[in-house]
Amino acid sequence: MAALYEGYTLCGLVQAQNQSDSGIQGIESERDSDHVVVTDSTRSVTLYKVSDQKPLGSWTVKQGQTLTCSAVYNSHTKEYVAVSDNKVIRVWKEEDIILDKAFKATVSSDVWRVHSVPGGEPVVLFQRGAVRLLDSLLSAPQQPVEEVLAQEEAIRWSTTVIAEAAQFVIFQTEQKGDHFLYLQRPNLNAVQRYRLEREEPGLSPLSFSASYRDKHINLLYLYPNGHVYQSVVSVRGPGMEEEAQALPLPRNLLFALPVGEGLLGAASALALDEAHVAVVGVPHPSAGAGKDFLCIWNTNFQTLQAGKEMSGKIYGQLWSYSSKLFIPHGKSLSVIPYECPKSSLASALGKLRQARTEGEMRKIHTNNNTEIKRTVSHLSLCYTSCTLSSTSTAPVEEVQREVEGLLSRSDIQELQPSVGQLASSLVSRSVADPAFYTPGTLAQLVHTQCLCHSVCPDLLLLALERKDYFLCQLCLQLFPDVPEAVTCACLKTFIRCSEKLSIVVVDAQGAVLPTVFFQHGLEVLQTAYSDTFLLPHLKDLSSQQVILFLQYLQFLYLRYSQDTFTQTHGLRSPTLTQIMDWVCLLLDAHFTVLVMTPEAKGLLLNLHRFVKSQVRLFSELGKIEGSLEELQKIKVKKEVGQYSIEVIELF
Amino acid sequence: MGEFKVHRVRFFDYMPSAIRAMAFNSRTERLALSRADGALEVFNFADSYFQEKVIPGQDGRAVEALCWVRGRLFSAGLNGEITEYDLENLRPKYTMEAYGGPVWTICSNSQGTHLAIGCEDGTVKIFEVLEETIRFQRNLDRQKGRIISLSWHPSGALIAAGMMDMIKVFNAESGHATHRLLVERGVGASKSREVVVWSVAFLSDHTIISGDSAGKVQVWDGVTGTLVRTHLVTKWDVLALSVSRDESSLLAGTSEGTVVQFQFISSTVDQHDKEWVRTRTFKNHTHDVRALAHTDTAVVSGGMDTQLVVRPLLEKVEKNTQESALRKIAFPHRSLVSCGKKAGMLLFQFHGHLELWRLGESDGHGKPGDSLPVKRKPEKLIQLKRKGDDHICCSALSPCGGWLAYSTISSVRLYRLQYNGSNISITKVAKLPKVLRSAHQLCFSSDSSKLFASTTHSSVIIIALSQSECKYLHTLRPKSGTRQPVHLMSASEDGKWLATANSDCEIHVYSLHKLKLHCTVPVYSSCPTAMAIHPTTSNLVMVHADQQIFEYSLVQKEYTEWSRKLQKQGLHHLWLARDTPITHLTFNPRNPAHIIMHDTYMFCIIDQNLPLPDQKTLFYNQMTLRSLPEPERTSHSHSFKICKTFQHLLCVSLLEDHSLVVVERPLLDIASQLPAPVRQKKFAT
Repeated sequence: MAALYEGYTLCGLVQAQNQSDSGIQGIESERDSDHVVVTDSTRSVTLYKVSDQKPLGSWTVKQGQTLTCSAVYNSHTKEYVAVSDNKVIRVWKEEDIILDKAFKATVSSDVWRVHSVPGGEPVVLFQRGAVRLLDSLLSAPQQPVEEVLAQEEAIRWSTTVIAEAAQFVIFQTEQKGDHFLYLQRPNLNAVQRYRLEREEPGLSPLSFSASYRDKHINLLYLYPNGHVYQSVVSVRGPGMEEEAQALPLPRNLLFALPVGEGLLGAASALALDEAHVAVVGVPHPSAGAGKDFLCIWNTNFQTLQAGKEMSGKIYGQLWSYSSKLFIPHGKSLSVIPYECPKSSLASALGKLRQARTEGEMRKIHTNNNTEIKRTVSHLSLCYTSCTLSSTSTAPVEEVQREVEGLLSRSDIQELQPSVGQLASSLVSRSVADPAFYTPGTLAQLVHTQCLCHSVCPDLLLLALERKDYFLCQLCLQLFPDVPEAVTCACLKTFIRCSEKLSIVVVDAQGAVLPTVFFQHGLEVLQTAYSDTFLLPHLKDLSSQQVILFLQYLQFLYLRYSQDTFTQTHGLRSPTLTQIMDWVCLLLDAHFTVLVMTPEAKGLLLNLHRFVKSQVRLFSELGKIEGSLEELQKIKVKKEVGQYSIEVIELF
Repeated sequence: MGEFKVHRVRFFDYMPSAIRAMAFNSRTERLALSRADGALEVFNFADSYFQEKVIPGQDGRAVEALCWVRGRLFSAGLNGEITEYDLENLRPKYTMEAYGGPVWTICSNSQGTHLAIGCEDGTVKIFEVLEETIRFQRNLDRQKGRIISLSWHPSGALIAAGMMDMIKVFNAESGHATHRLLVERGVGASKSREVVVWSVAFLSDHTIISGDSAGKVQVWDGVTGTLVRTHLVTKWDVLALSVSRDESSLLAGTSEGTVVQFQFISSTVDQHDKEWVRTRTFKNHTHDVRALAHTDTAVVSGGMDTQLVVRPLLEKVEKNTQESALRKIAFPHRSLVSCGKKAGMLLFQFHGHLELWRLGESDGHGKPGDSLPVKRKPEKLIQLKRKGDDHICCSALSPCGGWLAYSTISSVRLYRLQYNGSNISITKVAKLPKVLRSAHQLCFSSDSSKLFASTTHSSVIIIALSQSECKYLHTLRPKSGTRQPVHLMSASEDGKWLATANSDCEIHVYSLHKLKLHCTVPVYSSCPTAMAIHPTTSNLVMVHADQQIFEYSLVQKEYTEWSRKLQKQGLHHLWLARDTPITHLTFNPRNPAHIIMHDTYMFCIIDQNLPLPDQKTLFYNQMTLRSLPEPERTSHSHSFKICKTFQHLLCVSLLEDHSLVVVERPLLDIASQLPAPVRQKKFAT
């Protein structure tokens, strides 16, 4: 499950005159994962040590000059490269204090951007589409630069990607509402040109992100209508001949983000890995309007994995370097660490189910001091590993204490992966050692809601084996992914144990029902299942068990039909539909057996009578519904008065 | 094509009058129809059922029965009078007191020599039909109780008379009653009520068929005077009967709004004896069917619900043709609304009064489909009650809104209107020239300086209007020698031309500068229903009852190129399939290529610059065009732009400010003002 951790401010934003502009032109990685170079939209370049939130150096061009592209770091030469006033390329080192005294060279054509990636050479992309390696350009700065783009075609976005030891410059252009994508290898001078499929008329992509995976360049782009498309381009694509037609770029809709009313203004989508996308500027599906969120979506399961409210204005800018997201919002540039572990279906689904409780937890977090929190989070990671090692050897009491100590920390959310490990190790030890069992601790771990069946598949079975029905119930309630076989196993155990116990409740028909089953059965009825998978397991029940279960279901149905019952009872209760589905399944699985069983006859007849009366009632209600619907239709009719002035259009 | 601001007017409370009687002349294929207000209408069934003549009613004249004698039309009514009509001057020719109290029925013998009328006092009076008039001949034996219905035997020797509780058969020669057929009363409570024999039919095989107030259609043997068969067709009254010319089919109209058909056929295949068998029931009316006509191909019915319905008998007509479609004629085929284009005023013509309205205003702008906020509501400026007993037959409002004129069959009245935005004053113009006694059509010149009034023999009187006086200028006369009245008149915008059309299908164009006939448009077989002269090209555009459109150049005196092209290619079949005539057409000053016209169910803008639709083209294409992106529209569009947003149209006109006025009169509104129909048990009531 992906998680966004507590963020911190890297620097304040110098607001440009334009309110919609964050004042930041670009952020580039520097020597290691903890250094970045931030270029503002006017004149300065600042080097930060991220973990210290501290500037290490800053360079400014002279008044009257403007930096027109963000500064990049050339890892080979340990130099910075930037462009001022479109044509002047500047190169300097960290020890250079005054930028104007450093190297500059004026080139013959306007530069769009300079790109540099670790392991690659800096390349210069000109506004008219030409690409040069920085070195070769600086050897003859006034060399003629060809025009690659057509007239009225302009670059909107560009990046560089290292793929198979070759460097690619990728840039996207717009020409009269058409969008094109260029892939260029600067040292080969080979260009691939693609045409993007048109989205709804008038919509241009809001953001692009490119990454290299499996011998292909993956492009991810977001449109104002919330559609996120993915296109895959082979790095060995055909080179473009002169005047050749642009190839259509195949795309697939990764997902349609909910945009609410209207279109997105400033938003950005950034691929974090093959399954996760960070999105900013798109409304949170369950938060109210007027709030801006940074969200991580899982593209495989189309689920929201993590969300974080961003205070202040969102500018639609987002960078990511070494598991940190850089996002300007309001008056500051925030750094937000994130984690995207390999996802499983269970964790993807589980997140949605727990969205509510997590929201509450997060509220507590935001009140805390950021500085302290980060320290704690580092500490607790070490602490977890200690706890983990102790679970395999320490006596029950000690384990309990350790886990309690761990869980008492308020930052448990950040330890999600560790909780799984912890539970697994406890379970495996319990399985191996019949004397060892920590029901309270396990229940506590389940309660954190960081667990699911897939993470720790033996937990539920262990609980069943140890007859810990409370834990079973808890797991059934909180795990989103209990397999049908296990559900059925629980059911069987509950029925079997209730057969042995003598404490009973008496239902309206005088049938005798054991209370134990009454309490635990409710959870079974509420687990998720699929008919086809459940049916074979249900067939394993004996006819006596089926009769008992059916009696129970009938009892529930009758009670729940009189709706006072559901409220008064403190338990989570299944819906009438869930009960009915179980009745159907059970009858489906055992009908022939039941018909042949004399004891079941009365029950079946009762059920039949009851269903018949319900069907009659519903058919009557259906008739009434039809009439009422008609009434509603009548109201819709437009009333035309004695006089109106209308506008019509003929074509 | 563009956007239009539309004044959607629904405050014209036009209420047609109930249909009272009908007579079909199979020789001329004309249907005469009388309404409860005494008005008479003549429809030409040979020319797309066009309503070619209207004779306005009169207070106190109630036409109870109609009868054609060759081409002459007679009526009788409860005022005790017999009237013959002058169909050329659209007025009663003479009226004769019958001296028998209210007259219930009139019918002629098949030879057309005599008329018989049935009177309240129990007499059947025979009148001889003379060249110019009729003359009372004699009374048949006077009976106790009123004579409600009459039918001559085709031989002319016998007359059957429907009365209260009985039918009498008279010898027309001797005047003596030969048979008395007692008609049974209804059962139950109506046992105590006399049964009224509303209608009788005397067939050539001496069968008498009667329809009565007990809901029975009875077949009698007229020779023996015995009842052959009783068909109970309704719980209410059988009000009207009509027999086909070959006497093989009979229609009965009931108070339930149904028409029941009987046919004279063998009830079983091998049997040779034929009998009257009830075959079909048509339900096209909500109220009493008071009048019926059995043409060779159709059932024609009318009654309280004011609509004339022509229901073709499908075995008599070719299937899926124009002829096989059911027609309901709800609105008159002429305009009751005049529009003061420059003043934004509307004049509504009722039979008893005129209403002058000023349209509302809106300063808002909206996108298509919007209703704009009404800044100023429409306002009724004047309600002008007519003088005298005669109903208004035509009226006109000058384009500037400064003059108003109307005519009855006895007088023309002209009013000067002065309106300053808040107050209106109306002054009757006292001395009109003597020559102007009555008019069939009235029309003002576009500059409101002249009034044109069409009178006898299609002539047009020109009156010059000024603040101080009204002066007779000239009388324009066609050279054709026609005696028919003018039913359409249109003056050109530039004041040069005046066009008239008459029921002989003639269209005459006069030069108003030279004050003489300029040309006569080649006569087309179908009657023109709307026409107008183009303001800049001086082309006359005409639409006919058969939906054909012609354009005639007044300068070249020949059909225009466009008109020829249209005729050569032919109009789209869906255009021809419409069943209401175009009743008004006008032009768009902003775009000379546009012709705006309307019928009851749509209005249409014809763009002469666009290609004509061929038979395969999607004719009603507005929805399609709307859904297409702008650049593709041109390739799909054709010259007929049809808008069906507004329905039951009485007028569509273009104001000077380029906004459209549509006057709607929803049929539902008319139906809601009718008296309640006879009560019938319906589900859930």
